[in-house]
Amino acid sequence: MRPFTFERPTSIAAATLAASQLGGKFIAGGTNLLDLMKVDVERPTSLVDISALPLRDFGATAEGGLRIGALVSNTDIASDNRIREAYPVLAEALLNGASAQLRNQATAGGNLMQRTRCPYFYDVFMPCNKRQPGSGCSAIGGYSRLHAILGASRDCIAVHPSDMAVALTALQAEIEVHAPSGVVRTLPICALHRLPDETPDHDTSLAPGELISAIILPPPARGKQAYRKVRDRASFAFAVVSVAAILDCSSRTVRDVRLALGGVAHKPWQPRAAERALVGAPASGASFEAAARAAVAGAEPQPGNQFKIDLARRLIARTLTDLAARGG
Amino acid sequence: MDSIIGQGIDRIDGRAKITGAAAYAADKRAPDMAHGAIVTATIARGRITSIESTTARNTLGVLMVMTHENAPRQAPFQARADDRHARPKPQLASDEVQHFGAPVALVVAETPEAARAAADSVTVVYEKSAGVFELGDASRDAYDPLKASEGESSDSHIGAVDAAFDAARTRIDAIYTTPYQCHAMMEPHASLASWQNGKLTVWSSLQLIESAHKSIADTLLLEPDHVEVISEYVGGGFGGKLPVHADAILAALAARELGRPVRIVLTRQQMFHVTTHRPASIQRVRLGADADGTLTSIAHQSLSQSARADEFSEPIVNATRSLYAAPNRLTSQRIATLDLPVPDSMRAPGEAIGLLALEQAMDELAVALDMDPIALRLRNEPEQDPEKRVPFSTRALVPCLTEGARRFGWDRRRKQPGTTRDGRWLVGMGMAAAIRGNFLRKASARVTLKSARRAVVEMDMTDIGTGSYTVLAQIAAEVLGLPVENIEVRLGHSGYPDTPGSGGSFGASSCGAALHDACTKLKARLAAGEGAQGLSAEGHVTPGEDYKKYSQFAYGAHFAEVGVDETTGEVRLRRMLGVFSAGRILNAKTARSQLIGGMIWGVGAALEEEAVVDPRFGAFITRDLASYHVPVHADVPDVDAILLDELDPHANVLGSKGVGELGICGAGAAIANAVYNACGARVRSYPITLDKVLPTLLDRME
Ligand SMILES: Cc1cc2nc3c(=O)[nH]c(=O)nc-3n(C[C@H](O)[C@H](O)[C@H](O)COP(=O)(O)OP(=O)(O)OC[C@H]3O[C@@H](n4cnc5c(N)ncnc54)[C@H](O)[C@@H]3O)c2cc1C
Ligand code: SF4
Repeated sequence: MRPFTFERPTSIAAATLAASQLGGKFIAGGTNLLDLMKVDVERPTSLVDISALPLRDFGATAEGGLRIGALVSNTDIASDNRIREAYPVLAEALLNGASAQLRNQATAGGNLMQRTRCPYFYDVFMPCNKRQPGSGCSAIGGYSRLHAILGASRDCIAVHPSDMAVALTALQAEIEVHAPSGVVRTLPICALHRLPDETPDHDTSLAPGELISAIILPPPARGKQAYRKVRDRASFAFAVVSVAAILDCSSRTVRDVRLALGGVAHKPWQPRAAERALVGAPASGASFEAAARAAVAGAEPQPGNQFKIDLARRLIARTLTDLAARGG
Repeated sequence: MDSIIGQGIDRIDGRAKITGAAAYAADKRAPDMAHGAIVTATIARGRITSIESTTARNTLGVLMVMTHENAPRQAPFQARADDRHARPKPQLASDEVQHFGAPVALVVAETPEAARAAADSVTVVYEKSAGVFELGDASRDAYDPLKASEGESSDSHIGAVDAAFDAARTRIDAIYTTPYQCHAMMEPHASLASWQNGKLTVWSSLQLIESAHKSIADTLLLEPDHVEVISEYVGGGFGGKLPVHADAILAALAARELGRPVRIVLTRQQMFHVTTHRPASIQRVRLGADADGTLTSIAHQSLSQSARADEFSEPIVNATRSLYAAPNRLTSQRIATLDLPVPDSMRAPGEAIGLLALEQAMDELAVALDMDPIALRLRNEPEQDPEKRVPFSTRALVPCLTEGARRFGWDRRRKQPGTTRDGRWLVGMGMAAAIRGNFLRKASARVTLKSARRAVVEMDMTDIGTGSYTVLAQIAAEVLGLPVENIEVRLGHSGYPDTPGSGGSFGASSCGAALHDACTKLKARLAAGEGAQGLSAEGHVTPGEDYKKYSQFAYGAHFAEVGVDETTGEVRLRRMLGVFSAGRILNAKTARSQLIGGMIWGVGAALEEEAVVDPRFGAFITRDLASYHVPVHADVPDVDAILLDELDPHANVLGSKGVGELGICGAGAAIANAVYNACGARVRSYPITLDKVLPTLLDRME
C-alpha cells in the first residue's frame, strides 16, 4: 500500500472532479479497493470517499420501477421487500455473494465496479494486460480453471466477478452516471461492462471521474425469476458459472425469456441467440436444452476450463426447466 | 467424587480470548516499537544481482533496509539436521534464491504503513535459473529419503506382494493424487523482538518453544540464557508454526541493529511461501483379495515433494503398515526434489493424505467384491500389528466401525450408486477407518504452591487453540485435590521447564504425564510434612519400553453423507459422524472440538483445498483465502464426534492418547466414498471439485 491523500466531499460535483484527477479514485465500502491497494495492484494517490454523498435513496420511479442509490448496501437491497417480491433474482444473486459481513459493507456502486479475481491480476510481478497493458496475459497457458469461455480476447480471459451485475442484466436495469463535466446520463447495464478486446485495462465504459449515482430497475418483469450460482463451496465463493433467468410462459409456450450468465465472460453474458430461439417455442425440456446449447455455441474454452461449457449448458437448461415447473 | 480429568469443562482461557485480553504475538506492543515489512523473491530459483532501495531508504519514517548485503552474521543453515525445528534459520544470508516468495529484504519503519509502502518500492534484479516444479516431472529422480520420518524406515516388505497380487481373485490397482495444502490458520505468523542489556526477548506465534529458543539463539550466535521466547496464545498452528520463520529471526536482527523493539507480521499472501506447506503426493495402492474379502496383498507406494533447500519426507504410508491384516505387504515412501518452498508437517502428516488413498482403495475393493465396506474391514482385522509383529496396546477399530454404523444408520445406505435422491441432489453415504500413531515425548513440568489451596503450573508447552491450558489445569487439580479454578497454568515461556510443545498430537499426553509426576511428587512432599507455601516440585516423563513392546495408535471410523447436484456436480456434505477411541479423554469438550475440527479438515481435503502451482513461475498462485478454499460454516451443516470409553495402560500414566490429528485421518476418504455412492464418480485426484464429477453425470444422464 502506498501513501495517498483522503477526502470526503459532500457534493457530487466535487467528488467527480477530484476523482477525475490523475491518481484519483472513489472509495465506497472499500471491500474490494482496499484489498487491491494492500497487494499494490491499485495505487491511487488520492482517495475520494463518496460515503457523504446523497446516494442512499431507494424508492419508486415514475415508470413503476425502483431507483437504488449507489451507496445502498448489498444487504439493504437484498433484504428489501420490494426487491424480494418483485425482483427476486436480484435478492438471490446478492445473497449468493460474499458473506454477510461483506454485504453489510459493500455498496451497489462498488459491487458493479469490483475488479476481476484472476489470480495473476493480484500479483504485481506477473504479466497481466489488465494491470499493466502490454505485459501479456499470464492466465493464458496458466491456471485458467475459472476464466472466460465466451467473449475473451488474446489479451485477457478474465471474468467479471459480480453476481449482482448478472441479475441486473437479466432485469435490464439501467445505470445512472454523473460525469465530472456535470453531465448526467443513463446507460443500460449491458453497456457498463465491456469485453476485453485489446484494452482489458478498461473494465467498464466509464471515464475517469465518472460516478455511478444509481441503479434504475424497470417495472417488474412478467414471469418467474431465479438465480443459480455454481461454486466450489456452499458459500463465500465466487461463481464458477451462474445464471440469472426470467421466464414468462403462457399456455406452455414461452412468451418472453431473459438470460444472463456469470463466470463465463469479462461481463455478464447475454445469450441473445438462446433468448431469441426460445420466444414462441414450447416451454419444454427440449426447447430449453436447445436454447442452452445455443447459449454456449460460440464458446472458446481454455485447456483448464472446458468443463464450463457443459456446466453452463446444463445449468441453463435446468434453471429454465425448474422455472417452467414453477409456472414460469 | 467424579474425576476432574475428562470432564468437559469450558476452556479456562476462554474468557480472555473472547474479551480480547489474550494477547497474541501481533497484539504485543513495546515502547518505541518499529515495524518491519518483508520483501519476497519474485523468481523461484537464481541469484540476486542487485537491490535498489534508495527510494525505500529515503521514504519518510523508514529506519533501515536490510538485505543480504548488510545482514548481520548468522549461523549457517544445516540441511537434514536431526532436530529440524531447532536448527539455525539464517535470513538474508546470501544472494541465492531457493524458492519463490523467499525473503530478500526487510524494511523497518516507524509505522507498518510506511514499512509496507517502502517495501513495495524496493526493486530487486535477479539472474534466473531453470527449476523443476512439477512432481510428475521429477518422479524420474525420486529417491529414498535420507532421513526416515517418525523413526520408521521408508520401506517395508513382507512376503511376496507381486506374486500374491497377480494371483488374487479381485484386484485394485489405482493411482491417487493429493495437492499442495497450506495450514491456513487464522492467526498469521508474527513476532515482536526486543533487546534489553544484551538479552533478547521474542514474542512469537509458535508451537515448540524449546526448539524455537534454540533455533533463535543459535541463528543469532547467542548464548541460550541470553534469549527468551514467549508464545502465550497461538491462533492455530497445524504444524505451520513448528519451525521458526523469517518473522522471528528478522525481527530479532533488526531490533538489535536499531536498538529498539521491532515487530513483523506476515501478510496472508506471504504465508503461502515464507512458511511451510503440505507436499503434494502421488500414491499407488494395490490390493489383492480372495472372494470372501480376505486381503492377500497390500501395496502402498508414495511419492511426495521435497525441496532443493532441504529434505522433507511426508510419512504417507506409515499407517498402512498397521491398519489391516495381509500376509504379503509392501510400503515405500519416495521423495522428489522441486524448487518450491520446503514442505513440513501439517496436521496428521502422513495419515491425513495416505488414508485419502488407502481408504478409497478399500472402498473400490469393496465395490469390486460386491461387499459392504464395513464388512470388508472387519474381515481384515489383524490380531497383532501386522508388520511390527507386536501386540496393539489397545485397538478399538471394530467397536468404532460397528457403533458408528449403528448411530449413523448405515443400514439405510443403498449399494447401487445414483439410487438415492433428494430433489436435485443425488445422495450417498461413505465410510472410512481412522488411524493415527500415538507418541510420547520427553517432557517436564513444575508445580508450585502459592498457598495451601492454590497452585501454579509452569511448562514451556503451548496452547495452539487445542485446550492445553484447560486439560493441564484439570490434571493438576485432580492430583492435588484442588478445584480447577485454583490452578493457574502458565505456558509458552522458554524460562519454564522443557516440553516437546504442540505437535504430532503428543502434547497433552506428554505434558500431562510430566505434570502428573510433578503433582504426585509435590503431594508426597506435603504428606511428608513439608510446608505448603512456596513448595515446588518438578516432574518428568520419558517414553519407555512400552512404545517398542506395543503398537500404539488411536482409531476411529468416519461416516459421511453427501449430496451431489445432478446437474452441476457440486458436492455438499449433508452430515458426518466420527466415532473414535483414543485412550482416556482428558476433557470431553475440547477433545470433541479437536476431533470435529479434524473432520472438517477432512472435508476441506476431500472437496476444496488446493494450493495451485504455476510451473511457469514456480509459485503457488492461489495466495489468499478467497482462492485457497477451506470449508466455511455452510459446508459443515451437521458434524458430530463420539468418543468410546478407553484407557491405554501402555501409553502413559494417564492412559490417554492424542486427539488433535485423529479426526482428519480418513475423514476425506469417507467423503470421497460417499461421492461414489451418490453418483458413481470415482475421483482419485483430490480435491473432488465439480469439474471432476461432471463427466460421470454427463455419461449417466445424456
Ligand atoms: C472474500 C470476498 C468474497 C466475495 N465474494 C463475492 C461474491 O461471491 N460475489 C460477488 O458478487 N462479490 C463478491 N465479493 C465482492 C464484493 O461484492 C465487493 O467487494 C463489493 O461489492 C464492493 O463494494 P464496495 O462498496 O466495498 O466497493 P469499493 O471497494 O469501495 O470499490 C470498488 C471499486 O468501485 C469503485 N466505485 C465504488 N463506488 C463507485 C461509484 N459509485 N461509482 C463509480 N465507481 C465506484 C471504486 O473506485 C473501486 O474501484 C467478495 C469480496 C470479498 C472480499
Ligand atoms: S486474464 Fe486478464 S486479468 Fe488475468 S492475467 Fe490475463 S490479462 Fe490479467
